[in-house]
Amino acid sequence: MSSLYVEVSPEPASDVPVRRVTITVNGEPRTADVEPRLLLAHLLRSGFGLTGTHTGCDTTNCGVCTVLFDGTPIKSCTMLAVQADGHEVLTVEGLAGASELHPIQEAFKDEHGLQCGFCTPGMMLTAKAFLEDNPDPTEDEVRWALSGNMCRCTGYQNIVKSVLAAAEMLRAKAGN
Amino acid sequence: MYPSRFQYEAPRSIEEAIALLHKGGGEAKVLAGGQSLVPMLKLRFASPEMLVDINNIPDLDYLRVDSDGTLRIGALCRHADLEKSMVLETHQPTMAAAAPLVSDPIVRNRGTLVGSLCHADPQGDWASVMVAVDGHIVAQGPKGRRSIPVSELMKGPFQTVLAYDELAIEAVVPAPKGVAAGGYLKLERRVGDFATVGVAVAIETTDGSVVRAGIGLTGVGGSTINAKDAASALVGAPLSAASIARAGELAAQAAQPRSDHRGGATYKRHIVSTFVARILNEVAESKGKAA
Repeated sequence: MSSLYVEVSPEPASDVPVRRVTITVNGEPRTADVEPRLLLAHLLRSGFGLTGTHTGCDTTNCGVCTVLFDGTPIKSCTMLAVQADGHEVLTVEGLAGASELHPIQEAFKDEHGLQCGFCTPGMMLTAKAFLEDNPDPTEDEVRWALSGNMCRCTGYQNIVKSVLAAAEMLRAKAGN
Repeated sequence: MYPSRFQYEAPRSIEEAIALLHKGGGEAKVLAGGQSLVPMLKLRFASPEMLVDINNIPDLDYLRVDSDGTLRIGALCRHADLEKSMVLETHQPTMAAAAPLVSDPIVRNRGTLVGSLCHADPQGDWASVMVAVDGHIVAQGPKGRRSIPVSELMKGPFQTVLAYDELAIEAVVPAPKGVAAGGYLKLERRVGDFATVGVAVAIETTDGSVVRAGIGLTGVGGSTINAKDAASALVGAPLSAASIARAGELAAQAAQPRSDHRGGATYKRHIVSTFVARILNEVAESKGKAA
């Protein structure tokens, strides 16, 4: 796949200069020429083909477009791609290793933490940053941490269970 | 949704940012956290010709207390920095109470307090809090710096008294005159929704007597409301059931709510007085326990 993204939709105007940005996405530097108004979510999806990052409400409410920006969860529909120049972005595609799922993915699978799966990438990335800060959370703390991510299947019960199970798995792993 | 086209600038210094704003001649907008501005660009409620992204200006992300007790919050200090700060808990309890209630956790990682003040949304939490704690902002323009009390910053919905070529570089809260206490309560239908009602109460006491009080109201008028009369009713005496009830009543009178899908005007006024009393009763109770 080409890592150079020159086309934004709609077509860039000839009088609008595009900017060259280099973003480390899932550990790999990616370079693209973007119009300043291109949103990070759209660059990831349409430019880099990383469609694991979903776009939902498009109004900064739902959190399905959450990615880790230098390790911190942000809504990628609410950041311009040019702002990510020189920064590190982790998307759901970067969670799993070559041969095994990330413990958070494992836990979502085991605990049925997804129904339609639309909110899942955002949920897992928010959970990843949260569990790094707080490896042994209470259920209330998990609910609080996920309060910016919406699940329209309303499958919160199992999502919370998944995050608690992931915390346990990660603690066990860290203990080894 | 795509924003309209704009020229993007990412200055590396305050001076460079101000020069760009000046050049923009009123058609430029400052981009800090972007958690309100970017959605507005996408919805095309805002279509500036130029965006001046201040995120690359170094040393604007501070949250510190000067030796004289003055609290300073830089233009790039995020809501999450305030939420995690241990400084606020002891120093400015009203701010500490508000920080975790701003929008949702992901927005708090990016949005800034100073940006929230400059956005001047009547639903913004920080403006009411800053009114309650008597905060001001420091704005820098081509002619230098000036201080603007937050109570005078808002001209109306989404309008401030800032000149087009002024950049708000920090928010400042003066040292409390006595022991600071207070809180912030917000009624919202769900996390991240606009407040149905938000109430910020800050009091400062010396020898048990209230020496300064401030009450700010969120979401119950065309602009952030400074409930001055309600706050004055608390000053000059220890908190009492009577003074708390009076402050609640006066705050409800100061509110200018409109009936909408979040609730009727009468209901919202009722929430205002309830929240004022709830915060003050809690302060009075904890003081009782401490004594």
